Formats: sequence, structure tokens, C-alpha cells
Amino acid sequence: MSDSNVIVGATIAIGSIAPALAIGLIVSKALEAIGRNPEAAAKVQTVMILGVAFAEAIAIYSLVIALILKFV
Amino acid sequence: MALNISISAEPIFNFGQFEFTNSMLVSLLVTLGLSILAVSFSLYLQSKRKSNFFVFIQTILESFYEFVQSIAPQQAGRFFPLIASIFLFVMFASWAGLLPGVETIFWHGVPLFRGGTADLNITLGLAIFAVISIQIYGYKTLGMKYFKKFFDFSNPINFFVGFLELISEFARIMSFAFRLFGNIFAGEVLLAVIAFLVPVFASLPFMGLEIFVGFIQALVFATLTLVFINIATTSHH
Repeated sequence: MSDSNVIVGATIAIGSIAPALAIGLIVSKALEAIGRNPEAAAKVQTVMILGVAFAEAIAIYSLVIALILKFV
Repeated sequence: MALNISISAEPIFNFGQFEFTNSMLVSLLVTLGLSILAVSFSLYLQSKRKSNFFVFIQTILESFYEFVQSIAPQQAGRFFPLIASIFLFVMFASWAGLLPGVETIFWHGVPLFRGGTADLNITLGLAIFAVISIQIYGYKTLGMKYFKKFFDFSNPINFFVGFLELISEFARIMSFAFRLFGNIFAGEVLLAVIAFLVPVFASLPFMGLEIFVGFIQALVFATLTLVFINIATTSHH
């Protein structure tokens, strides 16, 4: 196990903390909204998926950097 | 058997300086398939015969049109061709990477096929195309007033805000490109690693996950383009 492998692991591990929290918050709020107003479920879902994709993109950036560090 | 993962698409042959990569081959095949489908679908619409397959395609297109209408109610017909093309191309180029034989058939030492969107060049091209079409739609709707958003000399704060708007357009290109490439390439790495650890059956649930991810990423790419076009075509002040 070389140092660079540890760095690759740390990149994705630290980089996915914030997006994980963000996705959890987004989905919990969306579920609350659907619980309050079930008729708006379709609309809330569309916006929720968009928000999740935005939050997920941040994790993906660190993943791309980890993959570049590992394979290039 | 060694784990074979390459972050960039490998060239399968050269036209002089130009390297034709395996991702380009798959994108070209997907474009060709979609074009043939589009031509035969328009021929079907002109003829009077019935076909279950084309009714199925019509149902998909209609439900997607309703989705576009729910975001851009007034101008759905204007934006639909661009958004649907982006959606269909991204979805099928991502799904093409899951077909058997992709990344496993070798030709002169490199894989002959590779998922279309698992190459940063193609997602970057798509992202530049999407952002430029956002600007073109903005200009066509608002005229020169559209560029006032970026170059506003009325006071220093507005000038700075315009500068930030200009940067955010370039940030959009990067986020479009890296989001799609990262998701699809990470999926392929995941499938390769799982297939390497457990040879049979274990990668089946992940295959289902990747089909879902390909669909969601295509939807996100198309929806974000649509939302940004919608923002660009409405005047602010």
C-alpha cells in the first residue's frame, strides 16, 4: 500500500462527506413536502432529482480527481 | 487476467494527426441508429399503417414532451427538438457502454468499443454545444439586451455581477462535462471492479443501477439545459 493510494482514498472519502449530507437534507425535505402535499409529488420529485444531481456533482468532481490520481 | 481501466478513450486508428477513438466509434453508431430511427419514424407518420414499435416510440416522445411542457409551458415546442436530441443521445450513448462486448472485444491491443459518454472529450463537446445553444436561444429571444446581463456598465456592482455571470457560464460547461463523464465512467469502473472480484452474477444488480444512472444523467443533462434556456429567454428587469 503506497502513499498515493492513501491520498486517492482520502480524496474520495473527504470529498463525499458534504454531498452525502446535502443529498440527505434534500431528500428529507422533499419527503416532508410530499407528506404535507401528496398531490405535488411529481413536481417535488423533478426538482428533488435536479437538486440531488447538483449535490452529487460535487462528489463526482472528487471522484474524477481520485480516478485521475489513480490511473493517470 | 488483469484489471484493464483506462481513463481516456484509446485511439483505434489514425487519420494523419487525428486519432479516431473507440468512444467516437460508439457515438457515431448511436447517432447513426438514432438517425435511422428518426427517418423511419417520420416515414411511418406519413404512411397510414399501424406498428406497435412506433406507437411505443410515440408514447415515449409524448411523455417527454409533457415533461418539457411542465418546465417551459409557453415555448415547449420551440425547445423540444434540442432537449429531446440531447436526452436521447446521452441516454443511448451511456447505455451502449453496458452492452456485452463493449470494453471486452480487443482490436490491435485496445478495446474496439467504449461507452460513448465515458470519454471526457465527448461530454465536453456536448456541454459546449449545450451552453452555446443556451446563448443562441437567449440572443434570439431578447436580442442585444441578452448580453447586457454580462456587460453592464451602469454601476460597479452590476459590472461585477456581470463578470460573475460570465464566469458561471464557463463553470456550467465544466460542471455539465464532469458530471456526465464522472457518473458514467465511475459506473464502468464499478462494473469492471465487481466483475473482477466476483466473476458471475454479482454484477447483475449493478447493471440495473447503471441503466438507471444512464437514464437519470441523461434526464439531468436535458433538464438543466432546458432550465438554463428558460432562464436565458426570460428578461430580468
